[in-house]
Amino acid sequence: MGLEYVKISPGFEKYMPKDYVDLVKYGQFGRQIDVQQIDQIKELVEEHPMCAGCYMAYFVRIFYASLPKPEDTIVLGTAGCARLALSQAAVPFIYGNYGDTNAVASGLKRALNIRFPDKVKDVVVMAGDGGLMDIGFGMTMHSWFRRENFTTIMVDNEVYGNTGGQESGMSPKGVQLKMAPKGKKFDKINAVELAKIAGCVYVAKLAPTNPKRIAKTIKRAILAAREIGPTFIHIYTSCNIEYSIPTERVLADAKEREKNDFGFYEWMTDEAKQYIEEQEKKMAETKA
Amino acid sequence: MPEQKVVETDYLLLEAPREKKFITGSQAMAEAVKRANADIAIAYPITPQSETMHLVGDLWAQGYLKDYYRAEEEYGAMSAIAGAVRGGARAFTATSGPGLLRGLEAIASWPGHRIPAVLGVLTRVVNAPLSIQPDNVEISYLLNCGMVVLHAENQQDVFDFTLASFAISEMVDVYLPIAVCTEGFFVTHAKGYVNMTPEDMKLPPRDPYKAPVPPTDCEIPPARIQRDAPVQKSNFMSYLIHQVWQQEVWSSNMRAMKYIYKYLNGPIEVINPDAEVFVAASGCAAAQAREAVRYAQMEGLNVGLLKIKSIVPFPSKEVRETLKNAKAIIVPEHNIVGWLAKEIKANIPNSDNVIGRPRVYGGMTLPVELIMDEIYAALGIKKDKTVLV
Repeated sequence: MGLEYVKISPGFEKYMPKDYVDLVKYGQFGRQIDVQQIDQIKELVEEHPMCAGCYMAYFVRIFYASLPKPEDTIVLGTAGCARLALSQAAVPFIYGNYGDTNAVASGLKRALNIRFPDKVKDVVVMAGDGGLMDIGFGMTMHSWFRRENFTTIMVDNEVYGNTGGQESGMSPKGVQLKMAPKGKKFDKINAVELAKIAGCVYVAKLAPTNPKRIAKTIKRAILAAREIGPTFIHIYTSCNIEYSIPTERVLADAKEREKNDFGFYEWMTDEAKQYIEEQEKKMAETKA
Repeated sequence: MPEQKVVETDYLLLEAPREKKFITGSQAMAEAVKRANADIAIAYPITPQSETMHLVGDLWAQGYLKDYYRAEEEYGAMSAIAGAVRGGARAFTATSGPGLLRGLEAIASWPGHRIPAVLGVLTRVVNAPLSIQPDNVEISYLLNCGMVVLHAENQQDVFDFTLASFAISEMVDVYLPIAVCTEGFFVTHAKGYVNMTPEDMKLPPRDPYKAPVPPTDCEIPPARIQRDAPVQKSNFMSYLIHQVWQQEVWSSNMRAMKYIYKYLNGPIEVINPDAEVFVAASGCAAAQAREAVRYAQMEGLNVGLLKIKSIVPFPSKEVRETLKNAKAIIVPEHNIVGWLAKEIKANIPNSDNVIGRPRVYGGMTLPVELIMDEIYAALGIKKDKTVLV
């Protein structure tokens, strides 16, 4: 049904906003696009209120262009910067309370399984380092322990950006931020290892330097979550405001971090690997 | 489990044959869930809630529910309930005291999210100091969040209120969560007679498309409450959006009243409407008030009972009408703050006549004699006290 709810009822085309008509005509609903076509298609998110030069805004655009089935995807977010762009997309978005994403997603995914046992309904959480690793830590971890079938993407800007630049558990040690006037006293939380231990079947860590690789990673995480188990992506999305990165240096900064501590890392269980390979083969065949 | 057939809501709640059983309040709540055609229940252990959610877990194991799990904590449980209901499922959970307060941020957001879920609140003290006794001060924290709050006197009420709440909460002109509160231990762990509908009948399933705010399931266009969040608008638009949304929640809350009349025989129960002195109470205190009224009548005193079943929406008109000629209104409560006395005072013109006593707290029992003392005092009767030690 997903595709049907997106389409405009016959006779109503001329009454719908042009943006929406274009989205249905030239967007990615019902078809697979290459992430490099992003400027040739009508995007799922175009306008957003995020800061100029924000790398997270760029990542959110790539994320939407990478969805394997946007017409049957529900995105959940929490307080923080990502929410500002996520809520502007043409994909249903749920915002609950602080750090509750992985609990809400657990209930939502189970309800969808009860109601539509034979349909694919992708559930994806995209929240920040504060939402997933500080305030929502318990719920993040327990959704993994319970092996809930959805994807968690942590957009890590190493700070509470939306509330004005306070230290988070993911801020690097020693960095001076609000609420850490003498510098952060402890190390950045190792979210990737936690995810592996907690039961995620696909875990990736990357800096957003290569759009094709981001797209592939996101697709893999969402596919594996459908059938195999929880999946996790840890992505560096710098805060150019709080970390004072000049707009023209944002990409260079990501590349530098990629060299240092955000080198591409991908880990999956054998079962996830087998499933992903099968699905990727199927998708390649469909394309051909 | 027996094969359950779906019957009309009105038939099940109003006409279906009933069989009398001697069960605990926790069992009564679970028996209601059994007949509610619920899809999912999410549980977290706390005393004295756990027995209810154990029994609901057993219902899942027997096939009455489609999904059930033990959550990581109440905030997680209440958030997952919101997720499940937004996904179109019919959901149930229960908690008490500190658990309720831990989940309160999520619970208080249910009305705004238009989450028609049913929440059992089996009261216990709010810490500190640590205790697990049945004080009901926690109900006061629920009064201003927009949800419907019912307060059950006994095991029969627990069954009736819980089953009806599933129907009322999903009415398209209500569409709000409902808390069914009752006192822990006094009701949850004690047995009473309950007339129950047949085990092989259940409510019709939830139709999530019959809704003022549709589910988020990629089957129909989603509600735009996220996309047009007030936080992203100009200040003026922000005020306005939030204002009308709150107005709609509270108007919907008021509209629950007609269903409380239809399915629960109204928001109040009155014994001796022409009484000179009334004992007004809710929940477990109403059971003791009922006894006090019986004693008083045996002594030939003109005393009446006003039992209030619905705390939110508050039956303002009905309470005013009942108490209009009352010389004194005694309000016994199981908490120190006297939230019911305050509510009654705020709703009647002759609030000086309200006697906010007796109050027991910390989980103390409420002896009928304490209410009798207030009745005697109100009527100017001097009694010699017998000390029984």
